Order: sequence, then C-alpha cells, then structure tokens
Amino acid sequence: MFRTIQIGAHVLAQGTYIRSFNDGRIEIATGRDSRLAGLPVQPGVSHGTHGGAGQKEMNGKGRGRIFAALAAIGLAFAGSTPAAAQDQVEILNVSYDPTRELYREYNELFHAWWNAQGHAPVTVSQSHGGSGGQARAVIDGLEATVVTLALSADIDAIAERTGRIPADWQARLPHNSSPYTSTIVFLVRDGNPRGIEDWDDLIREDVAVITPNPKTSGGARWNFLAAWAYAERNGLDPAEFVGAMFRNVPVLDTGARGSTTTFTQRGIGDVLLAWENEAFLALKELGEDAFDIVVPSVSILAEPPVTLVDGSITSDKQRAAAEAYLEHLYSPEAQALALRHYYRAWDTSLAAPEDLARFPDLELVTISDFGGWPVVQPKYFGDGGIFDQIYEE
Amino acid sequence: MRAGILRSPSPLPGFGLSFGIMMAVLSVVVLLPIGALLGRGLMIGAADLWDMVNSRRIWSALTLSFRAALIASLFNLVFGLMLAWVLVRYRFWGRRFVDAAVDLPFALPTAVAGIALTALYAPSGVFGQALAPLGIRVAYTETGIWMALIFIGLPFVVRTVQPVIEELDREVEEASATLGAPRSYTLRRVVLPTLTPALLTGFALALARSVGEYGSVIFIAGNIPNLTEIAPLLIVIRLEEYNYDAAAAIGIAMLVISFAMLLGINVIQIWSRRRIGLV
Repeated sequence: MFRTIQIGAHVLAQGTYIRSFNDGRIEIATGRDSRLAGLPVQPGVSHGTHGGAGQKEMNGKGRGRIFAALAAIGLAFAGSTPAAAQDQVEILNVSYDPTRELYREYNELFHAWWNAQGHAPVTVSQSHGGSGGQARAVIDGLEATVVTLALSADIDAIAERTGRIPADWQARLPHNSSPYTSTIVFLVRDGNPRGIEDWDDLIREDVAVITPNPKTSGGARWNFLAAWAYAERNGLDPAEFVGAMFRNVPVLDTGARGSTTTFTQRGIGDVLLAWENEAFLALKELGEDAFDIVVPSVSILAEPPVTLVDGSITSDKQRAAAEAYLEHLYSPEAQALALRHYYRAWDTSLAAPEDLARFPDLELVTISDFGGWPVVQPKYFGDGGIFDQIYEE
Repeated sequence: MRAGILRSPSPLPGFGLSFGIMMAVLSVVVLLPIGALLGRGLMIGAADLWDMVNSRRIWSALTLSFRAALIASLFNLVFGLMLAWVLVRYRFWGRRFVDAAVDLPFALPTAVAGIALTALYAPSGVFGQALAPLGIRVAYTETGIWMALIFIGLPFVVRTVQPVIEELDREVEEASATLGAPRSYTLRRVVLPTLTPALLTGFALALARSVGEYGSVIFIAGNIPNLTEIAPLLIVIRLEEYNYDAAAAIGIAMLVISFAMLLGINVIQIWSRRRIGLV
C-alpha cells in the first residue's frame, strides 16, 4: 500500500509501506533500493506545521542520500522564512503540452491550500508547448520560476547551458523529482482489426505505426526506448527491431499531439504509440467506441520531472511559494488529481477507485536501466546516433 | 538622366535623411540576421561546414526542398499568368471576389493552410477519398508538398503580373492582328515578351518563398527522412538537439543555393530586357 510521509518541513515522499517504528514514524520503499522513514501524513491534514525533520535511511547510492539530505535541509530552512508582506508573489510554471488540463486544476488546488495556510496569495501563470522548445525558451531567457517538463534531459539542458538550476536538481524532490509518471501504450482502431497485441506485431509488414519523430518530440523518445527494451528482453537485435518498426511509420509528426491528430482525425496508420494519459484523453474526447487501448507486455516508466529554476528567484517569499508549489504536487490531494488526469501518481490514498482501476499492471523498465538521460540522449538521439542510423542505410 | 540622379537636384529634398533611415531599417531587419548567420558560419570554418552538410539525409532534404519549390513555382508561373490575364481582360460576375481571394494565402497562417490541405487530401478527407481509387496519394507524399507550396506561392505571380497586363496597350495587339499575325503569333511575339520581366520577378518571389516554407509543409509532408523531409525541418531538428552550428550550416547551404538561383533569374531578366529593350 502507498503511504505519504513527512521528511522535512515541506518535503514529502511516497512509497510502499514496509514497517512502523515505536515513535510513530513509518518506513517506506521509494524505489528499487531506497528506503525512507518519517511521520505518516494523514490525508487532508495540512502538513506545513510539523516541526521534526524525518530520519532518512538509504542503503543505495550514497551521493543521492547527501543531495537529498541537503535539499531537505535547504527546503526546511527556506520554508521557515515568514511570509508576511502584502505584495503579490508570482510563479511562472513553464510546462509541456499534455499537462494543460492538469495544471489548470492543480493551480486552483494549490491556491486554496496556500491561502488556508495563512500565506499571502500567489499568482501562478502557465506556459505550455513542446518540451524541447520550452526548454530552449528558458535557456534563451524566459523567466520561468518552475519548470515541469516531459524529460529530465530537457531540464539537464537548462542546468548545463545556463547554470540557473544546480546539476543535482533531480535529487531535490522524491521519485527523481517526478510527482506523477506515465507510460507508453498502443491506441488501435475499434475492435483491433489488425490483432495488435504486443511490440512484435508492430514490425509486421501489414501494420502501419504512427509515432512522432524522436528528434523533435520528447514523448517519441520514450516510444523508441520502450520498443528497444522489448527487443532486448525477447532476445531480438534491438537496433534491427526498432529500425523495422520505424520503417513501418508512414508519417513522422513533430509532436505528440500532431501524431494523435494524424491517427485519429486523418485515419492514417493501424496503431498509435502514445502516452498513456494522451491515449485515455483521446478515448474520452473522441468516444470509447472509436478506439481501443492495447497494453504491451513491456513498456517504460516515463518520468516527467519538475524543478525550481533557482536563477530566476528574486525573493525569499517567491522561493518559499515556488518550493511549496512543487512539493504540494506530492500531497495526497494533488496526487489524486494527477490520477484523475490519467497520470500514474504515487500516493493513491485519496484517489477515486475508478481512477485507479484504469491502470493495468505491466512490466515497466526505467530510464536508469538505459543508464540515465545523460547517456541515452547522445547515444540514441544525438546527431549520428542510433536513431539517425536507421535512416542512413 | 538615371545615372545622374544622385547629383541632379530632385524636386523633393531629403535624400540624405531618407537614405539614412532606409539603411538603418534594412540593416536591423534584413542585413543583421543574415550577417549573424554568415558570421556563425565564418566562426565554424568552411571545412567543418561542408562536413556538417555533406550527408545523404541533408542532400536529399535540400534537393527535395528546391525541387518541390521549383515545380510549384513553375506551376504558379503558368497558372498565375492565366489567372491574372482573366482577372484583367474579362469582366464576369464575381470577378472582384476572385480578385480578393487571390490574396488569401498571404493572410492565412501557413499552419492553418497546411492543416486544411491535409484534412482535404488525407485518405479520410474529401479529395483524398475521391483520389484513392485512382491510386493517387497526395497527403504525406511529395505531391502534398507541391500542393502546399503552390498554395502559398500563387499570389506572388498574380500580383506581380497583374499591373503589367493592365498597362498593356491593346492597340499593339490590334495592330499585330491587322498586319495579319495569327493569334498565337501575337501572344508569343507581342504579349509574352512584354510580360517576361514581371513573370520572372513573380517566379523568383514565389520560388524564394517556397524554398523556406515550413509551417504548412510539415503538416502535409510525411516528414520521413530521405523521402519527404524538407530542409527547414532538418534545421529545426538540429535546433532541438541544441546543435546550433549544424543548424547554421544547413541554413547557409540554403542561403547559398537560393542566392545562386536568384542570381540566375536576374541574369535571365537582364538578358531578356536587353533583347526586347522594354521596361
């Protein structure tokens, strides 16, 4: 069962419950080899007032422990600065395309919670676009307070090129700073006329596959890696397998929404490789009788991360509000909201049962199985990388 | 008289001022961005530029961009001339409406044009469904790219040729007819030579516009590398990779080829003016 715990004044973590301690703290597993202990958070109870910082235990990566601990101390310290003044604090959230609906509702949730805490009101503005383009806008000077993008590689690029985000940003919040996740599934036409069940059906000669171009779309990079993982697990040559799949692609759109349109509106292709949340949204918007979702045997855990752009922070008040804005994404209420918007969130304590029943169980590989984005980006998607070689033959 | 225009007193004063403003605006709007692109190229160096451009994928994208632009502009050259001729020489119901409709491709966001054309020509669209039994596919093929470029390039030819046709002296055509010339001869030897410079200008404008077109084409092209991937998309892909040097390299390659083509058109124009001695 998933539980939320408090590990700093503002820092929360979610994970599977392991055991209880005598002092009321509980221990949870937050990943393959990391465990955290802290006071459990009761759903619906505000958690900004707890004083004691939780104790952390990790038997995995030592570096991550130090970063996380520093981040926790930093956040706890920042969180204790009084929010007194009258003037408006502004947050600009620079995000990617499919989160539009999620953040519209989350901003209302955050306002209500933040004001109930007795803080001065905060104005949150949103900016949406393709993840890579948004990252470039921030690099070129867009004054983002927080970025909530599709790939950690995009935030890495901001960190590397501007220095406005520290290099270890991903250890600052739980779950690799990804409050919600998603995966890649297949959207097929109603009744699945081509009988597509798994990745190996996508290299059949009679199947046309729709996916955006991994060079221009963050989502398509997850598609590519998920197919790669399937081939590896089934003893196939991954490069050959993915090459065969991309030779079945008749239209390479530049973004995920473009591919969804090509498949649903233009009637091109037999199967669309889509974010799970986009696939559910397509079903909701276009009718459940037009398309079916097919869940493959293996897919990838897509982690869209969030972080603070430290270099854009102008005041302590703004920092406190922006940090709370990101941390509150991990609260049970916000997690339930993400689940309602078809994202796989961590804390299910407040979620409606029908929102949970929607997600089938499947084997998910993670980006760390590939060595992390700093390795994956140049190797697979860089100039002359594995993806380019498919089209060089 | 033309040669002495700088020194001879003009009826309107203010040459210095207007020349200064013109140069300042031209520099900021046109010369600086192109200079920045070329400056980046100079920093990279010719050998590296060549290495970044010299790959099969980039060459096929460049060939596709220029071939499609050339085909679309040639089509517009013929069809645009006919359209302009009909608009000027004949009076018919709805003429003003057709005249206004010619400018629509200027006004419409190119992305909207691309999406509309794709919706029509996709296998599920109105035209696409009609063409599918004949085995003709337009959307997501090179033919689709031609369609988009024809759409955006048409007004350039019409609007350059139209005023010249209006200025044409009908009496010259009548004189040709009374001297016993057949109609086709009058068209070939009297009308077309007068229109040639304007036609070439319109052709060059349409060509230049089509080569760099991005917004409408990416929707209707399938964007498959080596087949339907246009050069401007490759530039965007390089930018997505934060590879600004390679993006600049493709940009410079397009600039050089375009410059050579426009220069060629200008040479033909000068030659035709000398030969005909008009305009």
